[in-house]
Amino acid sequence: MTNPATTPAATSTGDPLLRLEDVRKLFPVHSSSLTNRDRDFVHAVDGVDLEVRPGETLGLVGETGCGKSTLARCIARLYDVTSGKITFDGRDVTTLSRKQMRPIRREVQMIFQDPYGSLNPRRRVGSIIGDPFSIHGIGSRQERKRRVQELMEVVGLNPEHYNRFPAEFSGGQRQRIGVARALALRPKMLICDEPVSALDVSIQAQVINLLLDLQDEFGLTYVFISHDLSVVRHVSDRVAVMYLGKVVETADVDELFETTRHPYTKSLLSALPVPDPDIADSRQRIILAGDVPSPIKPPSGCRFHTRCPKARPDCVKVLPPLEPVLGDPPTHSAACLHPLEVGEDMSRSTPQIDDTETVVQLREEGAK
Amino acid sequence: MIRFLIRRTLLGIFVLWLITMAVFGLFYVTPNNVARTLAGRQATPATIHLIQERLGLDQPLWKQYFDFVGNALHGNLGYDYYHQVPVTTIIAQALPITVSLSLGAAILWMIIGVGNGVISAVRPRSIADRGLTVFSLVFYSMPTFVLGLLFLYFLYFKLTLAGYDWFPAGGYVPLTDDPAQWARSLILPWFTLALVLAATYTRLTRGSMLDVLSEDYIRTARSKGIRERRVVMRHGLRSALTPVVTQFGIDLGQLIGGVVVTETVFSLPGLGKTSIDAINQQDLPVIVGIVLFASAAVVLANILVDVVYAVLDPRVRLH
Amino acid sequence: MNAENPKAETLREDVEHAERVPTTGESAGARTVAAVPAKKIEGRSPWALAWDRLRRDKVAMISLLIIVLIALMAIFAPVFTAWTGHPPNEQYHSTGLTLNGLPKPPSSTFYLGTDDLGRDVLVRIAYGARISLLVGVIATLITVAIGVVVGLAAGFLGGLVDTALARLIDVVLSVPFLLVAIALVSITGPSLTVTILVIGFFSWASVARIVRGQVLSLREREFVEAARSLGAGSSRIMFVDILPNVLAQVIVYTTLLIPVVIVVQATLSFLGLGLPPPTADWGGMISEGQAYYRVAWWFVLFPSVALVITTLAFNLFGDGVRDAFDPRTDQLLNK
Repeated sequence: MTNPATTPAATSTGDPLLRLEDVRKLFPVHSSSLTNRDRDFVHAVDGVDLEVRPGETLGLVGETGCGKSTLARCIARLYDVTSGKITFDGRDVTTLSRKQMRPIRREVQMIFQDPYGSLNPRRRVGSIIGDPFSIHGIGSRQERKRRVQELMEVVGLNPEHYNRFPAEFSGGQRQRIGVARALALRPKMLICDEPVSALDVSIQAQVINLLLDLQDEFGLTYVFISHDLSVVRHVSDRVAVMYLGKVVETADVDELFETTRHPYTKSLLSALPVPDPDIADSRQRIILAGDVPSPIKPPSGCRFHTRCPKARPDCVKVLPPLEPVLGDPPTHSAACLHPLEVGEDMSRSTPQIDDTETVVQLREEGAK
Repeated sequence: MIRFLIRRTLLGIFVLWLITMAVFGLFYVTPNNVARTLAGRQATPATIHLIQERLGLDQPLWKQYFDFVGNALHGNLGYDYYHQVPVTTIIAQALPITVSLSLGAAILWMIIGVGNGVISAVRPRSIADRGLTVFSLVFYSMPTFVLGLLFLYFLYFKLTLAGYDWFPAGGYVPLTDDPAQWARSLILPWFTLALVLAATYTRLTRGSMLDVLSEDYIRTARSKGIRERRVVMRHGLRSALTPVVTQFGIDLGQLIGGVVVTETVFSLPGLGKTSIDAINQQDLPVIVGIVLFASAAVVLANILVDVVYAVLDPRVRLH
Repeated sequence: MNAENPKAETLREDVEHAERVPTTGESAGARTVAAVPAKKIEGRSPWALAWDRLRRDKVAMISLLIIVLIALMAIFAPVFTAWTGHPPNEQYHSTGLTLNGLPKPPSSTFYLGTDDLGRDVLVRIAYGARISLLVGVIATLITVAIGVVVGLAAGFLGGLVDTALARLIDVVLSVPFLLVAIALVSITGPSLTVTILVIGFFSWASVARIVRGQVLSLREREFVEAARSLGAGSSRIMFVDILPNVLAQVIVYTTLLIPVVIVVQATLSFLGLGLPPPTADWGGMISEGQAYYRVAWWFVLFPSVALVITTLAFNLFGDGVRDAFDPRTDQLLNK
């Protein structure tokens, strides 16, 4: 196998560091009957195409259950994908065995959501952070201790707490421990799976700033997953929006917020709190009715048609491709047959098909 | 539910089959002195060989096994080496005794054990609780034979000496002959077995009840104004009983082995004592027959416990 | 130097900070008199905390003391011989038996009386402790070692390995232990090794079942995923990540298993299948005493008492260990 050190780095040629092509991950549903030919599957990730360029932060947003965490684990090869191709740094890593994956694991690391569950409660933090070193057999005992303490300082922890147990740290500090552990082997890419969702708001800011500082210092590439759009806006260079296992829109962050094309993205954005009360009052609030459909039997055609205010008959039949629409630059793709124009008031749209659960409400506080 | 039963039964049969292989392997593969013992000291090799032939010991091992299993399925477990009595008869004779002992003891220990456990849990740290805890701890630490001997000494020997001929030294009187004497012959063995096992249940029930009684839904029931007794019995006990049922299943299966000691101490000719005698005489068919029978009983008991479990807790059925 | 709010560095130091600030009000006066620096609260491992709780449990500590005494008695059994002048297997027909050949009651020569062959009961009890403790500890250790490894493998590796091992556990647990143990020992002949092996052979399954259950739930925890994402192999995750989390339960089970093993060994001896005579061992002594219980109560009583006290001590200590690791019960009772 080629040594990653001798392979020409993707960075120098301008190729993406990570590319996903039509990745799918299906989980079989256990049925209770003894004889069952037709197994049902949960379509957690249902055909995702993504690219992440070196040094950038790709934000991945969506509601609970849209498949972003599953996607993260597919990228990290914690799950084997059902189909599709994952290319990392020029290498196809989709079907590598565990042994073959080992050198690659040093380049891609993950930060987990739960600060309380992602650290082994019965091990000392020095040992936890030093795990990557001992797993890959790097350095002597002394060496490792020194490097671990260095890492602790880098993330803002007191190196003297080397021998303490996770229970003795606060939530924010535990996430720092997780970050230190992820940085140990100087990876190229970090997958952050909702790293601040479980933290208090004031602590969130600190951890986010830490991540941004580290990105500058070490030249890291981030895949930043969150359901909180405001955090994503602050952190990302580009954003991909997911719904029911598929990406519905990707764009540079400012473009996404200013030139929103996909109705789902629009409704997500409309829920963002806005500091200026005047603007808040006068904007349109789009409230989608109904729940996200079950991922076991996703709707036909465009997955969003059951809740979309702009649904038309062709949305039920045709699966929209993810590509630039309405003259957008190649960096901005949307999967919609009837994308939004700039300034379009979606709250005035009504769906033109029968099977939709949308009830659109208009809130014009400004009228008062 | 039916599917669950079928699955469990199939599993049980599979386990039983493995046991027959294991049992057979253990007993028939080891060098067999039986023929030699039967023949006596002065026997010539010819005599030994003859005996071996008659008892089928000279056949190849796998053939012996198949004969063995085939016969077993037909209800024929062979004949004992010494008197040519069918093993099934021996088992049939000893079984009622073991069953009387086990069932009586089981009823006793459940009542005593669970009852004490509930009392302890309802009044934690009270005198009753502490007393019962000590009580159960002491009995829990006592091997059955020690307790049995203690009973014999104080309740039989000393009492009889003092003129109170309440308890016999041992021996069994069948239920059909004389119910009063039957009970009399079994009282001490029942309590010997029951008190030791009850201790486990007291501890188990107490712990489980304490856990359950501190749950929120019990507090809700109390705040609804339901009488304490009803809260404890209907709401608390029902949930607390799950580990007790599990334990009961395990104990029921191991009981057949457990009665061995009690039967020996009190000279009750049940399955346990019979097997000990057989072992001392190296009477293999009897040993194997009883072990097989006991294993089948354990497997059956496990299936029953699983069924009860599935009835109590519907989640089990879905697995 | 910390990016975070210095006041909230760790929960512990938060408390320290509060302690160092002199309180106003009534205690201020007392405080300023003796300016004792507040003790730095050191973070302690879960093990140290459990050990502390155990130390404070009086009943458990007394039981531990008794166990140590019994162990000393076993180790220094020859001292008993020297003290009384009677080796354990020496039969004293003239001084140790009555004219009718029956055992003699406790006296100044034989402190606890003699047995049916004129041997000193006290000395034999001391030597019997060796057997009980030896079998108890060694058989338990073997059992637990096997059980933990099997449980770990079955729970963590899953799939075919788990199915096979789980069935094996079921089979072993279905076999009526005492009967088969007796039968086995009768075939191979009684000996110390056989006793230990037989007990170990049947007990590992319950340990394995418990460990397997624990591992199955631990397997889904995020720190296991994290270890996988770092590239750790299965055996490393099993022994470095999962094992420390089951260890507490295993230790509790081990301390509660020892008395069970001791009783089982005594039962085997009692049924005549323990150790070959003339080795002194409690179960055997009780068995021999059975025939004489009417005339020589000491012959049955003293070994029984020794046995019950040993078992009781281990049980109480085991309870203490369990409470030390899981103080929930105390909280419930303090309501």
